[in-house]
Amino acid sequence: MTTLKKTKTSIPVAELMSSGHLACQGCGATMAMRYALKGLGDRTVMVVPACCWTVISGANPRSSINLPLLHSPFAAAAATATGVKAGLVSRGDRETTVVAWAGDGGTFDIGIQALSGAADRDEDILYVCYDNEAYMNTGVQRSGGTPSGAWTMSTPAGSARPKKDLDAIMLAHHIPYFATATPAYAEDMVRKFAKARTVKGFRFIHILSPCPPGWKTDPMDSTKLSRLAVQTGLFRLYEVEEGVTRLNMNVTNRKPVEEYLKAQGRFKSMPAGEIAAIQRRVDAAWEPEKGRPS
Amino acid sequence: MPRALRALRRRERVMKKVLSGNHAAAVAAQLARTQVSVGYPITPATQVFEALAEMKAKGELPGEFIAAESEHSVMAALLGASTAGARTFTATSSHGLAYMHEVLHWVAGARLPIVMVDVNRALAAPWNLWTDQTDSLSQRDTGWMQTYCSTNQEVLDTVLMSFKIAERVMLPSMVVLDGFTLSHSYEPVDVPSQAEVDAFLPPFRPELKLDPDQPITFGSLTQPKDYLRLRRRMAADMAEAENAVEEVGREFGEIFGRSYGQLDPYRCEDAETILVTSGAVGSTARAAVDALREKGLKAGNLRLRAFRPFPAKSLRAFVKPGMKLAVVDRNYSPGMGGIFAQEIKAALYPRPGVSVHGYVTGLGGGDITVELLQEVWERVDDAPVAEVPAATWVEDAR
Ligand SMILES: Cc1ncc(C[n+]2csc(CCOP(=O)(O)OP(=O)(O)O)c2C)c(N)n1
Ligand code: SF4
Repeated sequence: MTTLKKTKTSIPVAELMSSGHLACQGCGATMAMRYALKGLGDRTVMVVPACCWTVISGANPRSSINLPLLHSPFAAAAATATGVKAGLVSRGDRETTVVAWAGDGGTFDIGIQALSGAADRDEDILYVCYDNEAYMNTGVQRSGGTPSGAWTMSTPAGSARPKKDLDAIMLAHHIPYFATATPAYAEDMVRKFAKARTVKGFRFIHILSPCPPGWKTDPMDSTKLSRLAVQTGLFRLYEVEEGVTRLNMNVTNRKPVEEYLKAQGRFKSMPAGEIAAIQRRVDAAWEPEKGRPS
Repeated sequence: MPRALRALRRRERVMKKVLSGNHAAAVAAQLARTQVSVGYPITPATQVFEALAEMKAKGELPGEFIAAESEHSVMAALLGASTAGARTFTATSSHGLAYMHEVLHWVAGARLPIVMVDVNRALAAPWNLWTDQTDSLSQRDTGWMQTYCSTNQEVLDTVLMSFKIAERVMLPSMVVLDGFTLSHSYEPVDVPSQAEVDAFLPPFRPELKLDPDQPITFGSLTQPKDYLRLRRRMAADMAEAENAVEEVGREFGEIFGRSYGQLDPYRCEDAETILVTSGAVGSTARAAVDALREKGLKAGNLRLRAFRPFPAKSLRAFVKPGMKLAVVDRNYSPGMGGIFAQEIKAALYPRPGVSVHGYVTGLGGGDITVELLQEVWERVDDAPVAEVPAATWVEDAR
C-alpha cells in the first residue's frame, strides 16, 4: 500500500478540465474525464458521440476541456476516432493520442458495430466508455448497460434483463489493453490512462460512472457509491494486457451488495429475493477465481 | 509557343489507358494524392475499394487506407480524418449511400471537402443491382455537391476537379456515375501525369483542424441564432460553388485540354425540342439527336452535369421562349414525379413560353435506347401541358 503522501503526489496537479462545465452536481462522468486527462496529458484529441458529454463539454463557443474535441454521430465514435488517427498520421503526427469518449448507450448499443470494427482492426486509438448504466442525456432510458432491477423511464417496473457483459465482448476481440476504473479510485484510474497512452493498438477502458439524477442518489454520494460498487464486488477493478489479467483490487471481505443497491432510488422497488439472488451471483463470480467477473 | 501547340505537347505526355469507370475513379483518387481513403464493398462500386486496397498493398497509394466495417463508419472515419486536416476519398453505391445518410449531413454541416464517388444503383425492395438515380438523389438535401458523369474520362476528370472545387468552397462533393453502364464498361481514358495533376491541384491545407497545439472544438451545441447563420453561410457558399464549377472546369481545360461546365449542350443552337438528360444517358441522347437531325428534325440534347448546386442561372440563360424540354428521369419521387423534371420546372418558374415534360424511364437499370429517346422526343410535340405535375412513364418494349 502506498502512503497518503505518495498517493497525493502521484496524480499530476495540472488540470486540462475547467470549472464551468455543464454537468449535474456529482456527475461521475465529469470526475472520470478530469482524472482521465491527468493520465493522458495534452497531446490528446477527444472524439465525443451523442451523450451527456456532448453537453458537459460546453456550448459553442465555449469548452470545458483544453483539448481539440470533435463531436461525432452517436453510432460512430470509434470510427470517427479511427479517421482522426489516420488523418493525423497522414499529416505526420504519430504521437497524439486519439480518444473516443462515449456513454454506455453509445457503446453497448448503437455504437457497438463501429466499436467492434475498430477493435477488430486494432486501430491505434483509446476507447473509453463511461458507464452510467442508462441513456442519461435523453432522460434516463434503459440501455444494454442497465443492471437488472434498475428503474429507468423505459423500465418503470425495473429492468428485466441483466447487464450486457461488454467486458467479455471487448476481450473477445483480443485487444492489447483493457481496463476498468471508477472515479472513487482516482490514482488507479490516472495510472490506467497514463498506461493506455503508451500502448500501441486498440485500448479500451470501462468506467463505472455514477449519475445522481439517473440513479436517484444524492450528488454528495457519487464517490462513495463508486467505491461501494467495487467494495461489494459488483464492479471489479482489473486490467488485461496482452491477454494477461491482473486484478487491481481483491476485495476478499466484500460488503453486502444491499449496501450499494439500497443507497440508490433506482433500485427502490427491488424485492429482497432479487437482492439475495444478486448477492449469490456476485459471490459465485468471485470464488474461487480472482480474475474478471463471469 | 501557341496555346494549341502547348496543349498538344501536354497531350503527348498523357497516357492513354483502357479503364472502367470504377478504375478511373480510383486512379483519380491516387493522382489527387488522397491522404486518407476509407471503404466498404458494395456492388457495383466494390472495384473502387479493391483498386485502392491493391494500390495500398503495392505501395502505390501514398496515404492511409482503411477497410471499415460499414458505410456509416466509412463516412464517420472520413469526418474524423478530414477534420484532422487530411484530403479524403471514398466510393459507394445504393444501400451504402443510404446507410451513410446521417453522416452525410454531418460532413456537409461541418464544411468538410470530402470527395465521394457514388455508383448509381436502385434501392430495395425488391433487390436490384442496376443503375437508377434514386440513391444519389435521395441525398439531395444533405448539402453535398453532386455531379453526374457520362464517360469514364469524365469520371476521372470530375474527381480531380471536385477536390479543387470542394476545397475552395469547403463543401463535400459527390461524383456520380451509372452502375455497370459506366462502372464496369472499359473506355480509353487519358490519364494525366502526376506533375500535371500537382500543378492543377495543390495540397489541402485547411485553416482549422484538430491539432493539440491549437485546441478547438468542432461541432458543439449551437444556439438557434448561430445555427441559422451557419446554414445561411452554407447557402452562400453553395451559390458560390456554381461559379467555382465553371471556373475550375475552364482551368482544367487549360491544363488538360478538356473543359467542363455545369451544362453540356449538344446541337442545341436552333433546337426547339430538347432532350434533357443526365449521366451515361447523355451519350445515348446524342445518338438519338443525330438520328432525329438526319430526319430533318430540330432536336437537341442538354446534359445536366451539375445537380447540386443546381445550375439554375445557366439553365435560365440557356432556355429560349418556345422551347420544349423533354426531361428523362432515371429516378422517381413517389407522389411527385421525376426529380430532375421537378427541379428544372422550379428553376425556370415563371417562364412563359417554355414547357417542361417529364418522362420516367430506365428505373432499376431498364434499357434507355436510342429508339426510346427518339420516341420520347417525338411524343413531346403532341403532349398537352399537364395541369398537375404528373410524369409520363415510358419503357423500352423491345
Ligand atoms: C442516431 C441517434 N439516435 C438517437 C439519438 C438521441 N440520443 C442522444 S444522446 C442519447 C443517449 C446517450 O446515452 P449514453 O450513451 O448512455 O450516454 P449518457 O447520455 O448516459 O451520457 C440518445 C438516445 C441520437 N443523437 N442519434
Ligand atoms: S445526467 Fe448523469 S451523467 Fe448526465 S450530466 Fe447529469 S449526472 Fe452526469
